[in-house]
Amino acid sequence: MKQFLAFVRKEFYHVLRDRRTLLILFGMPIAQILIFGFALTNEVKDSEILVVDYAKDNASQELLTKIGSSRYFNIRQAALSHKEILGTFQKGKIKAVVVFPANFNEDLLHHNKAQIQLITDASDVNTASMITNYLSSIIMDYQNEVNQNLQIPYRITPEVRMLYNPQLKGAHGFVPGVMALVLLLVSVMMTAISIVREKETGTMEILLVSPFKPVLVIFAKAFPYLALSLINVTAILLLSVFVLDLPVKGSVVLLFAESTLFIITCLALGIFISIKTSSQQIAMLISLMGMLLPTMIFSGFLFPIENMPLPLQVISNIVPSKWFYIIVKSIMIKGLGLASLWKETLILFGMTVFLLLVSLKSFKIRLQ
Amino acid sequence: MEAVVVKDLIKTYGKEKTVAVDTVSFSVDQGELFGLIGPDGAGKTSIFRMLTTLLLPDSGSASVDGHDIVKDFRQIRSSVGYMPGKFSLYQDLTIEENLHFFATVFGTTIEENYHLIKDIYVQIEPFKNRRAGKLSGGMKQKLALCCALIHKPTTLFLDEPTTGVDPVSRKEFWEMLRRLKEQNITILVSTPYMDEASLCDRIALIQGGKILSIDTPQNIVGAYPDRLLAIKANEMYKLLKTLENHPGILNSYAFGEYAHATLREAHADTHALQAFLRGQGLTGVEVREAKVTIEDSFIKLLH
Repeated sequence: MKQFLAFVRKEFYHVLRDRRTLLILFGMPIAQILIFGFALTNEVKDSEILVVDYAKDNASQELLTKIGSSRYFNIRQAALSHKEILGTFQKGKIKAVVVFPANFNEDLLHHNKAQIQLITDASDVNTASMITNYLSSIIMDYQNEVNQNLQIPYRITPEVRMLYNPQLKGAHGFVPGVMALVLLLVSVMMTAISIVREKETGTMEILLVSPFKPVLVIFAKAFPYLALSLINVTAILLLSVFVLDLPVKGSVVLLFAESTLFIITCLALGIFISIKTSSQQIAMLISLMGMLLPTMIFSGFLFPIENMPLPLQVISNIVPSKWFYIIVKSIMIKGLGLASLWKETLILFGMTVFLLLVSLKSFKIRLQ
Repeated sequence: MEAVVVKDLIKTYGKEKTVAVDTVSFSVDQGELFGLIGPDGAGKTSIFRMLTTLLLPDSGSASVDGHDIVKDFRQIRSSVGYMPGKFSLYQDLTIEENLHFFATVFGTTIEENYHLIKDIYVQIEPFKNRRAGKLSGGMKQKLALCCALIHKPTTLFLDEPTTGVDPVSRKEFWEMLRRLKEQNITILVSTPYMDEASLCDRIALIQGGKILSIDTPQNIVGAYPDRLLAIKANEMYKLLKTLENHPGILNSYAFGEYAHATLREAHADTHALQAFLRGQGLTGVEVREAKVTIEDSFIKLLH
């Protein structure tokens, strides 16, 4: 036990005395959560909309106020010809143009049918379709209001409800994803480097010629990073609650317990890489390339797994972050408990035990 | 009693089976200071690594304190002290933290065995809060020795402890080893420096994985079969060339500011040689009897 504590203390010294490690350890999670939370959202906020109102009547004004009051759009008005409209797009600032034809109100009242033209800049497909969706739903809304006074039978309007995330907040998907990504990167990379470093600097040679046991090294190496990663989890959750306005719906205790499990999985993975490689650079590359990409692609955080071809779907099952992503999403956003997550938890647990056993087995007790 | 017994040890590396250690046998007595002397690549480190159980031999056997290096590696690991050739302590830990760590790993404390390292530790103690990476070469070696000694090893393996260390620190280091002998610790030390050989109780001269000779330094020097001359001239290069072609000279090589030469006939006249060299146009010629060193013995054994 004394040996173990001395080893853990030594590991803490290594981490705390290396500024670069510290920066990666704590700078990266915070930077990532802020970047993903604020900069890389696919929400459409404050888009510049140009309104060309040829009608200038009651109906068009009402509809305009409705559009303008939503926080998604900033409205500018201009009376332009069709040709000039194209010109404004080319400057790139305007995301969409709404054109009300003359006699808009009249058409609506007398013919029960009026037209609005929405022109969007589809060079950015996602934004364009998002804006048309928003605009259409606002127009639909208005139409419903008008229709209340009219008697038109048998109208079927689909009513869409965005479950768990009614405001379609981008941060909802990102926080669990970033959490999985950051914990994976930090835990795997740091531990992967830590044993290889001992090999590279030759300290492993001395450690081997001592009474220590491989188990001791593996656990002593993992322990400090577990502690530091839990601090990271806390930081990410605090940021997400207080900065990104994303509360934890489910049990915080469960969330921490699951995070601990996932961190241990990652540490085991890092230790395994560390045992199998011979230089810090290779260890770092493998953990970056081998972990970052699969996590991005296969965790379901950026690309929906259901849309992938079957072989890739199968592969995604061996990526630990996929399971953790599901767990965090379920706890944070859906507020689910362990009863509905036992399967994912069990899979992570199995992976951890497997990796630890393999690492222990492949720990070389001699040089070469 | 024999602390280390090595019998027909063979070690090869890689697919090509490059031989690093070739059928090496020797034994070291309890409390002896034993030196493995040889140039880089002679196989010293491989022998040390096999004895410290870090490498497995291809064939042959060896034991340390009666423990087999393959079967009983756990016992050997907890009883010996090992100082690798490369400085291998934690550079980002201070002197004190390094020492404390290694003491704890071996299940002991600094206080318990302080008497062993006291002489050495007092020299670096003023810097005990300095990180190991910021120490000078000599201080690093002293710290490494302290760390290797802190658990009171029965046998100490020092792999090229003085390589890259200044002459004064080297001398100090060997004095420390002499003092450690008094604690009845068996010490195996390897070095490429021939001048350090005479400080050992017994030495093994090693080259190309093979042991050339094992004996006390005095006996090895004493067994030198030829008469050795030290010759000097202003034109060193020309002197060496001339000596090489002289029929009465068996062997000649540069040795510091002199050339060393062995004579085919032990009783040959050195004045005649001197006159011959002057006749060849060499100036400032000086010929005198030379004291045989380990290096001369080593060169002789190579031929």
